Amino acid sequence: MEIATTSTGEKEFLRFSRLNRILHILMIVSFISLALTGMTLKFSYTGWAVFLSHILGGFESAGIIHRFAAVVMFGIFFTHVYDLFRRKRTEFGSWKNLFLGPNTMLFTKNDLHDFTGSLKWFLNLGPRPQYGRWTYWEKFDYFAVFWGVFVIGSTGLMLWFPEIFTLILPGELINVATIIHSDEALLAVGFIFTVHFFNTHLRPEKFPMDIVIFTGRMTLEEFKQDKPREYNELLEKGKLEENLVEPYQPIVIRSVKIFGWIALSLGFSIIVWIVYAMIFAYR
Amino acid sequence: MISFLKIYCTIIFRIIFFLTATAASLVAQENSDCLGCHGDRSATGTRKGKTISVFVDEKKFSDAIHGTLTCISCHADLESKEFPHEDDLKPVNCGTCHSSEQELHTKSLHGQAIARGDALAPDCIDCHSNHDILPAKNPRSPISPLKIPFLCGKCHLEGSPVQKQRTIHQDHILENFSESIHGQGLLKKGLIVAPNCATCHTSHSILRHTDPYSSIARKNIAKTCTQCHAEIEMVHRKVIKGELWEKEANVLPACIDCHQPHKVRKVFYDQGMADKDCMRCHDKSEIKSSKDSRSLYVNYNEVKLSRHLNVSCSQCHSEVNASHIRPCETITKKVDCASCHAEIGTQYLKSTHGQLMAKNDANAPICKECHGTHGVLGKSDPKSSTFATNVPVLCARCHREGRKAATRYTGDEHQIIEHYNESIHGKGLMKSGLTVTAMCTNCHTAHSVLPHADTASSINPKNIPATCGKCHHGMQEQFEQSIHSKLVGKTDKSLPVCADCHSAHTIRRADETGFKLDIMQKCGRCHEDIAKTYFDTYHGKVSQLGYTKTAKCYDCHGSHDILAISDPKSRLSHDNVVGTCQKCHAGASRRFAGYLTHATHHDPKKYPFLFWTFWGMTSLLIGTFILGGIHTLLWLPRALKMQREIKKAHLKKEEPQEKQEKDKDGNSNN
Repeated sequence: MEIATTSTGEKEFLRFSRLNRILHILMIVSFISLALTGMTLKFSYTGWAVFLSHILGGFESAGIIHRFAAVVMFGIFFTHVYDLFRRKRTEFGSWKNLFLGPNTMLFTKNDLHDFTGSLKWFLNLGPRPQYGRWTYWEKFDYFAVFWGVFVIGSTGLMLWFPEIFTLILPGELINVATIIHSDEALLAVGFIFTVHFFNTHLRPEKFPMDIVIFTGRMTLEEFKQDKPREYNELLEKGKLEENLVEPYQPIVIRSVKIFGWIALSLGFSIIVWIVYAMIFAYR
Repeated sequence: MISFLKIYCTIIFRIIFFLTATAASLVAQENSDCLGCHGDRSATGTRKGKTISVFVDEKKFSDAIHGTLTCISCHADLESKEFPHEDDLKPVNCGTCHSSEQELHTKSLHGQAIARGDALAPDCIDCHSNHDILPAKNPRSPISPLKIPFLCGKCHLEGSPVQKQRTIHQDHILENFSESIHGQGLLKKGLIVAPNCATCHTSHSILRHTDPYSSIARKNIAKTCTQCHAEIEMVHRKVIKGELWEKEANVLPACIDCHQPHKVRKVFYDQGMADKDCMRCHDKSEIKSSKDSRSLYVNYNEVKLSRHLNVSCSQCHSEVNASHIRPCETITKKVDCASCHAEIGTQYLKSTHGQLMAKNDANAPICKECHGTHGVLGKSDPKSSTFATNVPVLCARCHREGRKAATRYTGDEHQIIEHYNESIHGKGLMKSGLTVTAMCTNCHTAHSVLPHADTASSINPKNIPATCGKCHHGMQEQFEQSIHSKLVGKTDKSLPVCADCHSAHTIRRADETGFKLDIMQKCGRCHEDIAKTYFDTYHGKVSQLGYTKTAKCYDCHGSHDILAISDPKSRLSHDNVVGTCQKCHAGASRRFAGYLTHATHHDPKKYPFLFWTFWGMTSLLIGTFILGGIHTLLWLPRALKMQREIKKAHLKKEEPQEKQEKDKDGNSNN
């Protein structure tokens, strides 16, 4: 049915800006690169890691890939922060509007309401909450990236430049940094490739994937069903029309799906590998 | 000034001399003082716990050659002692006066046996007696020419302990001698100028014939015989030209080649016992043993091309008797190579190979198994089976898997030959043709082959550093200063030696990746915990992936020169550790060196901060997954239900439109 509607050329709701889409694609590439190269080291005692390490061209080339991807990740992070400053100036006028407006990324009272509402819905005690533009789990994922970049990024820099850091800090802190870097990375990788994958791509109404993050577009029907509150608000204010755009050509959709499949499979493979390493080879 | 000093010194010396002389005369013991007790026939004393008679016959003593000496001239330890003295005197040292004889005796076979602690070894008094020593000219002396054969015969008579228990390569010495022309002259005709034992063997410098200093060495024998048989070469013109007789005795047949020692008879050289006599029969290719019909053919050319080209048949096949028509029919024993190669023979008998031979084991290799028989070649001849590159093949004849030595072997080393050939030593020898490369006998020795558990074995852990050090001397020097050396390391645990890290037969190049990685497992065999925790750090993890660029055990600790970290000379001592880090991390500082290279987050006592960091992070991880997981799992059934409801709603809504839509499709297609 979905295909039938898009093929008719019906206009679609634009959810993500071009910049955010590019940043997310870059983030996928960088994150998977970091995960693959990092995990070979973390689980070096498995045959998988040895195999992968050789595929990646050895520990030194894996190290270069890891550091390059880390630089990309920092780039994404700072571009986003820069974009926030820009949008504050152009769109919102003040930080107050940006942070306390209806579409804020900060957790609000409404999110708590949605969360309890969701739990009630899960337990068959109430209807599905009327989710707005950003649901609480999406906000959680968003801040998880901030936390991850800060924790993994800072410890990563310590491991990258131990000579400089130990001019001030004791050498044992490099050991501490290793543990934090590695375990936080495990948390990030594990969370993104299971919980985030389910919440976004694998839940039945989106299965097998939601390509909105690549195209930025979702059908009105899907929009109405997924984010009813935002839909209604836009409809009330009569602003829905200005957020509608032409859909992409099928060739774009197909390419995007191939990319999505690759990312998903790599993510799942990493999860399978981690589970194998943790259960069968842990030491 | 100088003359004054001279006078002064002279006076001082005179005073000292006078004082000591007076002091000595005060306690000087006369012989009569000694004989006061020792003159009594019933006088006894103890020596080494045994009661012995200490009677000295004054008459015999005063008649003897030493009768004019005082007792304390020989019993020097009694000088200025009070009488009666204590038991257990020091043995008398004859060398005080007879130093040159003493020296010769010490170097002789008899002296060597005393040094070994051989209970059967003769010292001075065994031949010369003690208080009643008579000069050799006195017919009653045990060392008078006529008595010497009986004196030597005390030990060298057939059936005596020496002849039975010690390796003497001549049999029936006394009997043969007494029947020989020398023995008959001496003993039957009483010619004291006829040679006795000491004439040929000397009195004090008795040495094996293999010893170049021996009077019976091949090189010296002519000189020994010509003591009596002066210008004997004049009567040997038939056999040899006399010119080279003494100049180059080694290239000519020596006296004993024809006139066998102890059996010297006139009849012998009438008949002759030269190689050509043997070859009269053994030259025939069809000649066979009547006992086991093995071929007895000897290729004489082979002998002449061999290392034994100057050795005649009868020197090895020594039991031949020239007075028989078939001189060899008196042969009862196999050739005993040890009659010339005495030291090697002793080594061999102590080795596993020799022990098996002594037990008559069918698998026991004897000399000829490795060296061959008539065609024996030296180990420096590339054609020899004992030439370096041929040794692995030689040993493999028995030690290759499945062969007779390998099947009875119960140790851990298997596929020895194959492994050796692939090892750095095997490749060096067989592929690069380096004959100096270690092969079987370099480590196991050629003749003293013993299992590693035997402390006398060259491959016993105690001896391995020295064995490897024969070539790798520098490593041995370093190793023996290291904490792993028994000379340094103080521990009741077993310390490693070369083979524990490098293996025995699979030794690889130390700069090979495989070896570099493998060596860490070797360290880990003893340093279990420290190796395990190393693999938890970045260095260890990269090593585990199979790369050798990050620091491995030996990069920081050293290899052969490992020292305790507490040792100021250690690479990891307080003063050196930063420098060690800087080998790879150019910018390393003192704080940098504080990095824990063997840290584990599993030890709350040793590394509490790592332990709690790990568990803090792990709790965060588990907590997040529990929350996320519950949320997802609760969501899933509702989401499935919602999806079904949406589908149902869609179907209802779209049923009436279906026909219309089909038409639409059809139109657009047109």
